[in-house]
Parts: sequence; structure tokens; C-alpha cells
Amino acid sequence: MSTFNPHGTALLVTLAFASAAAFAADSPHLGKPVSEADVKAWDISVLPDGSNLPPGSGTPAEGAKLYVDKGCNQCHGDNGRGGASNMLVGNPSLTADGITSNKTIANFWAYPTTLFDYIRRAMPWPTPHTLTDNEVYAICAYLLAANNLIPQDQAMNAQTLPKVKMPNHDNFIVKFPDRI
Amino acid sequence: MRKRKGGGAPPLEFVAGNGLMHRRALLQSGVMFAGALGSGATLTSAAAEPLTEPEWSLYPGAVTPVLQTPSKYEKDVVRTLSNPKGDARTQHARAPLQKLNGTITPNALHFTINHSGIPDIDPDKHVLVIHGMVKQPLEFTVDALMRYPMVTRKHFVECGGNSAPMFSPEPIQAPLQALHGLVSCAEWTGVPVSTLLDEAGVDPKATWMLAEGADSLAVSRSVPLKKAYDDAIVALYQNGERIMPGNGYPMRLLLPGYEGNMNTKFLRRLKVVDQPAMTYYESRNYSPLLPDGKAYKFYFVNEVKSFITQPSFGYTMKGPGFYEISGIAYSGTGRIEKVLVSADGGKSWGEAAVEGPVSPKAFTRFTMPWRWDGQPAILTSRAWDDSGAMQPLRADFIAVRGEAKKVPNVLGFPNQHYNSLTAWGIQNTGEIKHVYV
Repeated sequence: MSTFNPHGTALLVTLAFASAAAFAADSPHLGKPVSEADVKAWDISVLPDGSNLPPGSGTPAEGAKLYVDKGCNQCHGDNGRGGASNMLVGNPSLTADGITSNKTIANFWAYPTTLFDYIRRAMPWPTPHTLTDNEVYAICAYLLAANNLIPQDQAMNAQTLPKVKMPNHDNFIVKFPDRI
Repeated sequence: MRKRKGGGAPPLEFVAGNGLMHRRALLQSGVMFAGALGSGATLTSAAAEPLTEPEWSLYPGAVTPVLQTPSKYEKDVVRTLSNPKGDARTQHARAPLQKLNGTITPNALHFTINHSGIPDIDPDKHVLVIHGMVKQPLEFTVDALMRYPMVTRKHFVECGGNSAPMFSPEPIQAPLQALHGLVSCAEWTGVPVSTLLDEAGVDPKATWMLAEGADSLAVSRSVPLKKAYDDAIVALYQNGERIMPGNGYPMRLLLPGYEGNMNTKFLRRLKVVDQPAMTYYESRNYSPLLPDGKAYKFYFVNEVKSFITQPSFGYTMKGPGFYEISGIAYSGTGRIEKVLVSADGGKSWGEAAVEGPVSPKAFTRFTMPWRWDGQPAILTSRAWDDSGAMQPLRADFIAVRGEAKKVPNVLGFPNQHYNSLTAWGIQNTGEIKHVYV
């Protein structure tokens, strides 16, 4: 504008605000609508209540064999006693070595579903996403049985796995409750 | 602290023991220093030989490259690697914070941790999916996200296990890079997560969001929706250029002030849910064990912290006289409000100058003029943020959090979320040791 015009300036400001408000309300909406079925192959998150556990089943005996066949022992040691990677079987005291005590499935993990979620998404480390759901259940069953958290003959599936009692479940303190 | 009124050259003002000077001493009193410090003799000795033209001034220089890299004389300013051969385990690259200045970590030197290598992601084929407890699941291409309104914010990212060697019962003699190198600060640009969640239409009963990467381990963390709506960003740019591969190319979740592992790299999926997933990393690694065998969960926040970067372990003092103490302060709960520095191991403190403008949840550079008299001194710093949080003294921190029973491997993670003090013992030989105060 070459000359000062209070009325015109006010109008421009009003238009600018109106335009910004309309834009915010609209949002770009450049995402492609998809269905949950489209996302299924990626939807591997398992929740502590058992939601999203797939069909299938596996026993400790099957898992013991898979533990060797799939090479789990190469990093986690024979019988899960630990090696280059974490100890999977064993229940040391959480105060034995102070704040550096070994956190294991048996002495620390609060939820059994974490096992299924993690093994399915990340293991075996060199070849993840290659185990069938039955195989993941079987390896979960093997590790839980070896840790004496389930009977040696109990199969793990979508119904039994979330019900496994984890001994350390109640020993966590929420650090910042107001942030949840 | 004494405040000076009016103009004119002020007297040299020491504000704390062992030669700490008022933070504005240099700016205010300028030329008074040489005499006041009694080190004037060294100031003129370097000019004994007449100047000549150096070799590089005698002919034209090198061809300009398309991509600049630092001078070859800076070849030692690099990250340190925990797993240089890429063995089947996590790879850490620690930032050389003691060799940098300012508040931005250059992209090539930004710390990284990758649990299964760096994936080679084609941005034209990568997508981000938002689904779960939403009205309409959505799939975003990188190109689509590039068209969204973006925000640019300066934030640090820090591994929840950074500073873990400080849990050692004895100070580990190692450079700052080894002790605190798993933190960096960058200017991040991207799309607010709230924009994308609103487009998908979040169910009011939802409380959490599961973030997942496209790396081979599909690293996943649960994020409270409260944080997602507060200041979370799907970041596409790092210091003005597209995110480095090791930092999550082509996009990462940025949760300002929250432990690095939650800032999901190679972000490909956000699932809106009504409970945390208790994934491996939140169930195990980032639930810090306490001395009584209980553990914290959902720690999330990197609390207020500071450390002196210069002078620090590995530097040799160049004789008595003037030095600028320089360091970094940051907090996941707010904006740095104050940093105190001590040169006598915490017996007396002076307030450091804080370089502004100070951004929340970002590196803040503090400086303090110091006259070293050549005698033993212990430098340390302590920070406060505008939420009222303060960096705990080591004794207070250890009383709650404990320490390792024996000296751990400097590359190990005996525990997480250390934010107490770091101190450097200046010896009369000029050598600098890591000490506890």
C-alpha cells in the first residue's frame, strides 16, 4: 500500500486471521485413508491384556528345539544362560549386585506379553520377522517354563500367555505420574 | 552477588574461590586484565619473530566440493564407536562434546545409537501409518508430509543411559565424550504429531500411542498421548538438512526432553491405544533399578543436567592465567534458568553467564571467566531450570539412586538417568582428572 489506510489495514488483518483459522480447521488431509486390514502385516504390537496376540500355539518342548534350531543359543547361550547377549533363564536377586543387578525375564519383566512382542518383532537378531506365530509361542513357552514361571507341559497361546504371573509385576514405581 | 552501578572501568571482581570472576568481567573491564592477572609477560612473547607470508597464501587453493567437510586439521574431532566392526549388537557413536562449542551439534557429529545397524530406507517407498483407536486410519508418504505446515525447534536428544559411567563408585578417568557423549542438540523441523492425530480422529478413550520404526528390530515404544499432543514432532529435517541416516532418515519421532530411545527413528507406524505396550525397551532397559530392588518405570524425562566441556579431561592447562570455563546445560523439564560454577569443588559458587536466547529442552551454553593460579582446583557446575528443577548434588543423588559396587566398563550401562554433577580436578602439573565432589 502506498498510503496509510487504517480501514484497509484492519480489513487485511481480519482476512488474514479468517484465512488462518479456516486453514487450521481444514488441515491438509494428505494422508491416504486405509483400513486396519491394510495395516495388518505391520500391526505386530501386543498389549499386556493380550490384545492383538495372533492365533497359534506352542509348547515348551517345541520351543526348546527351536531355541537351538533358530540359533538363539548362539547369542543367549546354552539353555538361555547368557552369552554375548542377555541371560534369558535365571533368577538372580535384584539386590545381589545393587543397582547393576542383572534384570532377567524371571526377576524383572512385569508382563509375559513383552516376550511375544519382542521375539516376534526383533528375533532372531540376524533374521527377524522369519518365525511363525506358532514358533514364537513355542519359544515363549520354553523360556517361561525354563524360568519355572509355567509348568513344563503348558502350551502358550493367546489365552494362556497373558495370564502368566510375573513375580516382579508389582515392584515398579511410576516416576512421573502426571506425565501419563 | 554484588551488583555494580553506573559506568566506568570496574575493579576486577572475583565472585567465588580459586579465581572465578564475575561472569561479565571480561565484557565490562576489558584491558584491566593483563595487569590485574599478573600474566602480562606472556602476552607479548609470541611476537618476537617478524611475520612472513605462509605457504597457503602464495597460490590459489583447492577446488570447491559439492559437500563440505571439516578441515583435515580437525580430523580428531570425531565420534567414538562402541562397535566399529558392526558385530551383532548395538552400535553407539558418542559425540565429541569437549571439542565443540555453541549449542548445536553438527549433524555428522550428532550422537547415534542403532540396535541393528542403519537401515537403507528409500524415501519414495517409506510410509507412515496412523491407526488403532482412530476414526480413519491414514497412510502418509514422505512427499505428502513434506507439504504439511512445519515447526522448527531446537532440542537436545539424550539417551536415557547417557552418563552411565557416573554410576561408578570411583570416577572413571575418561574424556567427557565417553562419560556424557550420548547427548546432542539440533534444530529439528517437522510436522506436529497433533496435526496428524487430529486428521485421523483420535478416540477420546485412547491414552497412549505406540511408535515403531522401520529398522529390522522394529524398535517400538509407548508414548503417552499427553506428550504426543504437547510438543511431539514427526521430524524430517535436522539442522536444516534432511535427517541423517543414523538419526532416523527419512523421519523420526521427536519427543522434546524425553529419553532418546522413545524418539523413534525410521518412524513408520503410530498406533493409538488405551494402554502402554510395555515393549522390551520400556520394560527392561529404561526401567532403572533402585538400591532396594524396586525400579522406576515410565521415567521418560531427561532431567536438568550440566557439565563443563572446556577445560575438561584430556586437555592440558597451558600455564597459569586466564581461561574461559565453558559448558553445556539442558533440561527435559524446561528452560535453563541459572548455572553456578565452582572452582573449589563446591565450597563456593559463582553464577555463570548464560548465552541467550535460551530455548526450552535445548542445549544452553554457559561460560565463566577464570584466573587459574597454577594450584590444584576442582571445576564443577550445577544447573537450574524454570520449572524449579535443580541438578542434584552427587551425595543426594546417590542416596536415592545408588551407585555400582565396582567400577563398570566405561561403555556399559550400569543404570540409567544420571543427572548429578561432573567435576574436573585441575592438577598443578596442568593435567586434568575426573573427580567426584
